[in-house]
Amino acid sequence: MKNLKITVLFLLSVALVAAGCSPESTGSGGGPVGLQGAGASFPKPIYEKWMNEYGKIKKDIRIDYQSVGSGAGQKAILSGTADFGASDDPMKDEDLKKADGDLLHIPTVLGAVVLTYNLEGVKEPLKLTPDTIAGIYLGEIKKWNDPKLAADNEGVELPDAEISPVYRADSSGTTAVFTDFLSKTSEDFKEKVGPSKQPNWVQGVGVGAKGNDGVMGQVKNTPNTIGYVEIAFAKENKLPAALVKNKAGNFVEASIANVSAAAQGSAESMPDDMRMKITNAEGDNAYPISSYTYILAFKDQKDAAKGKALVDFLWWALHDGSQYAEKLHYAPLPDAVLKKVEAKIDTIESGGKKLRTGA
Amino acid sequence: MSKTGTIGDSVFRTILIIFAATILVIVAAMIAMMVQNSIPTIREFGFGFLTGSRWLPASDIYGALPFIYGTIVSSLIALILAVPLSLGIAIFLVEQAPARIARPIAFMVELLAAIPSVVYGLWGIFVLAPFIRVYLGPFLQNYFGFIPLFQGRLTGIGMLTGGIIMALMVTPIVTAVVRDVLEVVPTAQREAALALGATKWETTVIVLGNAASGIAGAVVLGLGRALGETMAVTMVIGNSPQISASLFEPAYTIASVLAANFAEATDKLYMSALIEMGLVLFLVTFIVNALAKLLVLRVAKRQTGH
Repeated sequence: MKNLKITVLFLLSVALVAAGCSPESTGSGGGPVGLQGAGASFPKPIYEKWMNEYGKIKKDIRIDYQSVGSGAGQKAILSGTADFGASDDPMKDEDLKKADGDLLHIPTVLGAVVLTYNLEGVKEPLKLTPDTIAGIYLGEIKKWNDPKLAADNEGVELPDAEISPVYRADSSGTTAVFTDFLSKTSEDFKEKVGPSKQPNWVQGVGVGAKGNDGVMGQVKNTPNTIGYVEIAFAKENKLPAALVKNKAGNFVEASIANVSAAAQGSAESMPDDMRMKITNAEGDNAYPISSYTYILAFKDQKDAAKGKALVDFLWWALHDGSQYAEKLHYAPLPDAVLKKVEAKIDTIESGGKKLRTGA
Repeated sequence: MSKTGTIGDSVFRTILIIFAATILVIVAAMIAMMVQNSIPTIREFGFGFLTGSRWLPASDIYGALPFIYGTIVSSLIALILAVPLSLGIAIFLVEQAPARIARPIAFMVELLAAIPSVVYGLWGIFVLAPFIRVYLGPFLQNYFGFIPLFQGRLTGIGMLTGGIIMALMVTPIVTAVVRDVLEVVPTAQREAALALGATKWETTVIVLGNAASGIAGAVVLGLGRALGETMAVTMVIGNSPQISASLFEPAYTIASVLAANFAEATDKLYMSALIEMGLVLFLVTFIVNALAKLLVLRVAKRQTGH
């Protein structure tokens, strides 16, 4: 019988361990609150920083963020597997309709997509226009010393080498912003490729790489390549970023001030639901390939304790947290936008009760 | 044996049966899930899914041919390079090398097998791709440029790079299996051949002949590994769904497109297309592995048979 007893004990302990591992529901009582977020990879560094810093202040709140991509973030909030989602690309109307309730877009920071390149001997930043970028990605501008490129870059010794453009092979918010910009500025690009998280690239042009880091690795290691990445990836890796011609006709750098300027110019026309693209924005200094990144949350929070934690966190992140943005190469929201976002956060409720009660 | 002992044994036996059954359940569940979830594309495209060469997720057009082509061609390149290399290593280890040399080499081969895929990928980007771009590519284009295989743009990233990386990853497995197969060839055969006045070379040919089906099994096993290799290949193959005669052009494999796109495939038809590709890959690997098992079984039977 001894063997049997041991077996039974063993099975029991396995069952107990398994039960212990199953996700426990965080009650709405006074205990610790756990929030689960999922979505875009682009704001991951700043979100992690925020969650980390916020965790030091509020010891009873734990926020986890999984950077699974914008599309997956939208899916997670729609299916209720996350308490909040995150997306660079504002949700489409048809997807919003699938939501079980009023789903809010809360802009958190601004980012930029930059064109980085690997050109030996070229010191000064390359100047690119929407037309030349579209030409390169459509395969129409094939060589670095193309007269069109040379005209914008007087005095720069451009090599007589084939351009090898790199694009994202996976579906991504970065691609959405980049192709949105080119589709706005080039009819030809709009027709042949179009704005999409994963468009149909022209066959035989360029190579695909997975993730911002994949594109960056490709550009860094292959001479005569050009690729588009989130600005933080270029800065952290000390890769050059091209100056891009904006709507006002100036070649501008993707500096924090210039990205903010892109949002500033359009702040007044921001729609009530906050879904807005700011590519090719007005303004002398506006960097044209800029975008908001959003947190997605339901207006009516099912769990009051979780809802309260989320609202407090968002409020803290947008105010006290904005100091961390610049160091990580994100631009904080301009004041005019921040005012609107504050009003939006104030509307979040649970069971008819407003959750933000003056922090 | 006491009675309590029997009860213990039967409990033990039941538990083992349950454990073993889980494998069957997992395989069945995976196939069922994949078939069920690929119904949308099976309905929409039918057999055309396998023969379509356009992969345009933005317009909901899915043709898997570039991926099937990329998977098969890159795996073939891998085998063409890896099989002679592995055979050479294995023959050297079993037939020629003294133990003090054979052991460290065998150890190195096993070490190669243990290196994670992503490390091969990094090495591919940092070392292999530049090497192909600067040395191998221009050399091939200079001397064999008249063959379409070696025409086209040279970025260092593409089908050939993917195939070479795979070859390096397949080599340790094929080597290890071939070595085992050669070792089970009875020593008596070698002694007989040598006694009849055969040279070392002739003896080796006889041994290889006897081990042929086992070697074939090893090759098929390597092919299985190559077909499913994901991370390293994704990093160097260029991920572009096209069918090009040139080995320097970027390509795409089934495993790579799955890895790159699963997280973001929110659209139902897109997801279905990816899952159906997974199913295709699953079936191919399943068949390849079954063949390998059969071949290995045959060689084992023949050895014990006489």
